[in-house]
Amino acid sequence: MFQKILRFNFLASIGEYVRLFIEVLEASFRRPPSWNLLREQLYNIGVLSLTVVAITGFSTGFVLAAQSFYQLNEKGLASITGIMVGKAMITELGPLLTAFMVTGRVGSAMCAELGTMNVTEQIDALKSMAINPNRYLVAPRFLAGIIMMPLLTLFSIVMGIYGGYLISVYLFGMSPAAFFDPMPMHITLFDLFTGVFKAFCFGVILVTVCCYKGMRARGGAAGVGVSITKSVVISYTLILIADFFITVMLNSIYQEFQTDWLG
Amino acid sequence: MIEIENLYKSYGKHEILKGLSLKVNQGEILVILGRSGVGKSVLLKQIIGIEKPDCGTVDVFGKRISTMDQKDIYKTVKDMGMLFQGAALFDSMNIFDNIAFYLSEHGNLETGQPYSKEEIEQRVCSALAEVGLSGVEKKMPSDLSGGMRKRAGLARLIVYRPKILLYDEPTTGLDPITAQQINELIVKTQKNLQGTSIVVTHDMHSALFIADRLALHDQGKIAFVDKPEIFLEIDNPIIQSFKDCLYNHPTASKE
Repeated sequence: MFQKILRFNFLASIGEYVRLFIEVLEASFRRPPSWNLLREQLYNIGVLSLTVVAITGFSTGFVLAAQSFYQLNEKGLASITGIMVGKAMITELGPLLTAFMVTGRVGSAMCAELGTMNVTEQIDALKSMAINPNRYLVAPRFLAGIIMMPLLTLFSIVMGIYGGYLISVYLFGMSPAAFFDPMPMHITLFDLFTGVFKAFCFGVILVTVCCYKGMRARGGAAGVGVSITKSVVISYTLILIADFFITVMLNSIYQEFQTDWLG
Repeated sequence: MIEIENLYKSYGKHEILKGLSLKVNQGEILVILGRSGVGKSVLLKQIIGIEKPDCGTVDVFGKRISTMDQKDIYKTVKDMGMLFQGAALFDSMNIFDNIAFYLSEHGNLETGQPYSKEEIEQRVCSALAEVGLSGVEKKMPSDLSGGMRKRAGLARLIVYRPKILLYDEPTTGLDPITAQQINELIVKTQKNLQGTSIVVTHDMHSALFIADRLALHDQGKIAFVDKPEIFLEIDNPIIQSFKDCLYNHPTASKE
């Protein structure tokens, strides 16, 4: 019996999430939110996240370069440190770490704000004034999330490669040319597309999950706290799962494309 | 104006409304009395379309709001307004923006044109003056006391002159003087707007001051509805308890 209830609640939650997602898509593209609302969210999600994304990207580039150099140097492959840093930052670490940082900084705040609005009846007040809360509250966040996540990821990638460059050149004594020159041969546009596409998908996941959990928060401050924790945990988990599937899917398509079209 | 028939609403296993029926006439103030937790606020949320009933019908302006899809609900409730128990002012906006919100979002419903800045400013200032809150436009909701927040909430409601006004526990948690100010504002608003008001409360003083008719909400249904003088004569233990509260305090009357 308990399992049945649990299963029903889980399915009901998925149903509600999908409904919110469809409503937000409709609200975002059919009747887009006002520029003022969107601008505020672009600033919140994008501009205010720059510092944290820069620090994360930069320090990841440091560590990645150091680890790669130590491992590869033993085998006489130190010259591919730049490729390792670039490829890892572009296809994997850039989008993933940016998504994690934005979830922690912005997603949790979104969930807290919407959750507090919900438990203090502010969302009901919007409805009582004939304002669709999905259009007014969620759609601007959604659009800002899918616009800003790829841009923040590109910024994180640049910072990571620059961090890796600094360590490789100034700590390990590589020449700048040795760091950068092999990159264009091994890092393709497809890699860049993979990173940007992942960032876009992670943006969709983190904004919709955090907004959904916020809009469903119940039970005062404690309930909002629980919702925030769940929103962050669920977002991280879904982002990691999505990361795997996107990697496999895009690479399969790319390989198919190369075999079929390019011989 | 508002007709509710056989309304049922449950949350999980907890049945709140159990076949509630009620008719509210145009131009009256109907006060629904009931103990805490009987579902008075739930009833208001069904009327304004925030929640949907499990069963039963809610007709407002002759339209069946209980079965409408969300878009039609939003169209219908543009002529309605609700004062929430905690005022529900938007934390992120100052008082001016809170009160101007409806006007900025919907514009003039008759012409379909947006209001000019000057017109919005004039209407917001006039609404604030009406509730005695002139000069707080730039303050944030967190800077106001509970009573001031309620009055600001009322200003947000009257600024767009809705035809149906719903009040959820308007005097709860307020000192008697502020509560009386709110009561007077409700009566004044009703006179000015010539609308229809439903007030849910468990404050008997407030109820007697503002009500044209009183209703008792008990066990998920409306047990009695009548004019105050007849309502007070009904032989019912809950009404008696409310009357006892009244006689233990200084009385207030509409006169």
